[in-house]
Amino acid sequence: MRSRKNSLKWWQKIIGQRMTSSGWLSFFVFGLGQLRNKQKGKALFFFAFQFIYVLVEILTSSLVSPVIPGQPKYWGYGFFRRSLYGFITLGETTGGRFRDNSPVLMIEGILAIFLLLILAVIWLLNIKDANETYIKYKSTGQVQSSKEFYKQVFETSFAYVVGAPALIMLLFVTILPIIFSFLIAFTNWDAYHNPPADLIDWVGFSNFGDILKLPGWRTTFFGVAGWTVIWALLSTLTTFFGGLFLAVIINNKRVVFKRIWRTILILPWAIPSMVSLLVFKNFLNQTYGPLNRMLNANIPWLNDATLAKITLLVINLWLGAPYFMMLMTGMLTSFDKTLYEAAKVDGASSMQSFWKITFPILLSQVTPLLIMSFASNFNNFGVVFFLTGGGPRNIAYEYADHTDILITWIYNMTREFKVYNMASVMSILIFILIGGISVWNFLRSDAFKED
Amino acid sequence: MEKVIRPRRKKSVKERIKDILAYIGIYAVLIIVAISILYPVVWIIGSSFNQGSSLASATAIPKNPTISNYKRLFAETDYKRWYLNTLSIAFVNMIVSVLLVGTIGYVFARLKFAGKKVGLLTILILQMFPSFMGMIAIYVLFLNFGLLNRPLALVLIYSSGQIPYNTWLIKGYLKNVPKSLDEAAMIDGASKLQIYTRIILPIMFPILTFVAITQFMAPWFDYILPSFLISSTSKKTLAVGLYDLINSQTNTNFTMFAAGAVLVGVPIAILYLFLQKYLIEGLSAGANKE
Repeated sequence: MRSRKNSLKWWQKIIGQRMTSSGWLSFFVFGLGQLRNKQKGKALFFFAFQFIYVLVEILTSSLVSPVIPGQPKYWGYGFFRRSLYGFITLGETTGGRFRDNSPVLMIEGILAIFLLLILAVIWLLNIKDANETYIKYKSTGQVQSSKEFYKQVFETSFAYVVGAPALIMLLFVTILPIIFSFLIAFTNWDAYHNPPADLIDWVGFSNFGDILKLPGWRTTFFGVAGWTVIWALLSTLTTFFGGLFLAVIINNKRVVFKRIWRTILILPWAIPSMVSLLVFKNFLNQTYGPLNRMLNANIPWLNDATLAKITLLVINLWLGAPYFMMLMTGMLTSFDKTLYEAAKVDGASSMQSFWKITFPILLSQVTPLLIMSFASNFNNFGVVFFLTGGGPRNIAYEYADHTDILITWIYNMTREFKVYNMASVMSILIFILIGGISVWNFLRSDAFKED
Repeated sequence: MEKVIRPRRKKSVKERIKDILAYIGIYAVLIIVAISILYPVVWIIGSSFNQGSSLASATAIPKNPTISNYKRLFAETDYKRWYLNTLSIAFVNMIVSVLLVGTIGYVFARLKFAGKKVGLLTILILQMFPSFMGMIAIYVLFLNFGLLNRPLALVLIYSSGQIPYNTWLIKGYLKNVPKSLDEAAMIDGASKLQIYTRIILPIMFPILTFVAITQFMAPWFDYILPSFLISSTSKKTLAVGLYDLINSQTNTNFTMFAAGAVLVGVPIAILYLFLQKYLIEGLSAGANKE
């Protein structure tokens, strides 16, 4: 048995125990080492990959494809070379017949890099296989037949075949755009550099530097980010305690028609939030809204910077407490009743038994949910966008207003002002923060540990 | 130290007062909360039946109830098209999502293959990205493939975006299904494909229903995505259309907006209320540490 497996060094895990002559053959031509190992089928399998890639490169280059006279030289390279070149330069010619389209070049570059990475993995696998088979052959004189090899490939590939549609979708529609957006943060694509009319270029980390250095950006960033954090904290806490409060109250033995009350209290959750928010936006309208008309007052619910923030929290409470109420009701009913009976025997009042028994257990079970709620409130686009649209105007901020949170700021920068590179920078920062918290939260949870 | 359980005795005056106060307090809270929830709802429904079109004159109980707003909604705007667009997106999304996640959920839950751990972690990380980080890229991609301004193209994004979360959901769900079932079937000579179609798929039915329901509901009120990718009025989805109705001509079309809001809000609310049980089970399955 392979008792030596556990002490393999990292590079040994990649290319096998040691480089052999077969390994060196496979290093240069895929499958050549396998041929020497007398495994013709496997050799064909690996060689096919190298062959296809080289074929694609040749077929898409000027050697075979039609060439428009006068086109830039690098348009004639094969797919891989051209895409890599385009990725690095992001286009060189602008105007005229042969314009380079920078974003398209970037996407092609990402595709090419990804495909080349796959090739690299197969190359390494092919070397490892050549080495290991050779060593095994030397020690046992036996070699796995190609038929067995193909059978093995078929078995493992079942997973890939079944999951293929979803994987491909994920790759193109989710992963590729994320990588693309990530890279934009390092370019100068904004309202003044607008492909396809202009070209954009790589600017490295200077966008990140701008945020910290330029006064306009710095004020905006810290202001908006600060409010976002406060908002996320307060909204999570208010909805949680609000929901808990309601759950406890409804659970009380004195309440009759529990189901009816619950159904009413769930309404804010059932009604689509966008509708509710737009309704409230009108309800709270300073001049015409029914609330001010009823109170005969002229309160700027959504127009005063501070009041607008409070209003946001209150409306969010309206929307969010029912969810927690439902959750808490479920959790409360699952508690062990004997705990309470024992407490009652010992003379505990209901307040005491709540705070000392119920609350601690609840908290420990609900912490992951609270953290998830924090993360989702942090990025709660709807409440801010539909209720205040970012809130009363703030001329000190770049592209943001008083109640804007990071995500609505990004939206404005993308949709209205087309400052894509800064929007991407913000997205990355949000991702690092919230992603970090969420991953940490998840890794702590039992769901992951058990895996 | 033994405590004697005292038999129930008549309550003292102090306790009775506390009781009454508790009753009053609890019901007061409930009633206030109920009013704060119901009043806006009643108001918007009432406004939709109001004569006149402005916000200023809209009252909860209309003076001259009329359904002219509803008629105008269908006559003057593309509301019907928006409804149909969104309905078709919802329907297709539901089917495609279930197909996608029904396969890949099984793959990650049950099969062993190279790159599984990496795949799981990637999926986890993907969930963390703010949903529209890829917006510009998607815009460029769609532009180049001629998919802009096509409502059904949105399904591509919705269905692929739900893969990470729902894969984890299915994984958690299948954890409760013992592997011995698979093994017994394998001993009996079933191929992997047969195990999948005959045994696992039927078991996955409840959780797939949950996915179907949530994925049907999802596109109705998504604003960001359609606002980027769809430009012509007749192809808009409900979210964008409704928002533009109330935003572009501030207060002059309020009652029409109210009618539109009621038409879509009421059915969805009722749907949610009926499906409460399913949805909460699904939610807690995702959050549970079983």
